[in-house]
Amino acid sequence: MNNHRSMWLLAAAMILVSLPLVVPIFQGSFSGADDQAMAVITQSRPDYQPWFQPLWTPPSGEVASMLFAVQAALGAGFLGYVIGRRHGSAPKRDDHDGD
Amino acid sequence: MHIMEGFLPVEHAIGWFGVSAPFVVAGVMRLRRIVRERPQAKMMLAAAGAFTFLLSALKMPSVTGSCSHPTGTGLGAVVFGPAVMSVLGMIVLLFQALLLAHGGLTTLGANVFSMAIVGPWVSWGVWRLAGKLGASITVAVFFAAMLGDLATYMTTSVQLALAYPDLSSGIPGAIAKFGGIFAVTQLPLAIVEGLLTVVVMNALSGRAGKVDEIQVLCGEVRG
Repeated sequence: MNNHRSMWLLAAAMILVSLPLVVPIFQGSFSGADDQAMAVITQSRPDYQPWFQPLWTPPSGEVASMLFAVQAALGAGFLGYVIGRRHGSAPKRDDHDGD
Repeated sequence: MHIMEGFLPVEHAIGWFGVSAPFVVAGVMRLRRIVRERPQAKMMLAAAGAFTFLLSALKMPSVTGSCSHPTGTGLGAVVFGPAVMSVLGMIVLLFQALLLAHGGLTTLGANVFSMAIVGPWVSWGVWRLAGKLGASITVAVFFAAMLGDLATYMTTSVQLALAYPDLSSGIPGAIAKFGGIFAVTQLPLAIVEGLLTVVVMNALSGRAGKVDEIQVLCGEVRG
């Protein structure tokens, strides 16, 4: 029952994420909200100059997306490891109470 | 919610560092105490960090036609209390500032305040309140994660509004403007974060249907 619930929750999450892409009333460039906020600032104050630059910037969008993927993979990989360990070490429970 | 490098005026940048610093120091102390007193919780601490690492890398499309990402700080805040997330969240923000040019070092104080302090504290408060109101664990976890996520983005909106008041309508106008970009975009993503947090909490605890399983997670009770 519990695993079924997780599946439904994951399905709901997937629908929520994909809905804006497939329903035509949600239109846009799907650029980052962070960038849009910065665009609003530079629009209202065209003379503003950021006073500090990032120490290192990924040389291309591809490299940046690789690093984001690495970040997600590290997080998901470790999370999966902990979940597996916890399940492996959990005492066998025979609670088929349909909870 | 990342304020880009160099985009906060110097005095704001310094101010937010000052506001965030005591929370991070308290977080380090709390983290050390947890590791010392309940070493069995180390694995779960790392899992809480891994969850924010994962979720804050996922930029998702939203109904406003722009993309943003969840924060993943609610899970750790529910299990360990909000203090530890100030440290774990800061590590994530540092990684992104240094390797991804996402966020920044000068804006780190402000970004830590929104993502690693306000979000987790709101999550924790909602979690406690929902428990008092008799909500089920699942419902409490969902709203804790969801409202913490929203609170982070509203904080960013206020931070930007304080630094860049609207030329005609002042700070309130600017809050509405930045809130329109961040908070509205974030609504469906906050719901997604709530759902994912429930699923992962379930997977970690075997079944997060009971309070004692959350206590097992945080190492207060040996699982």
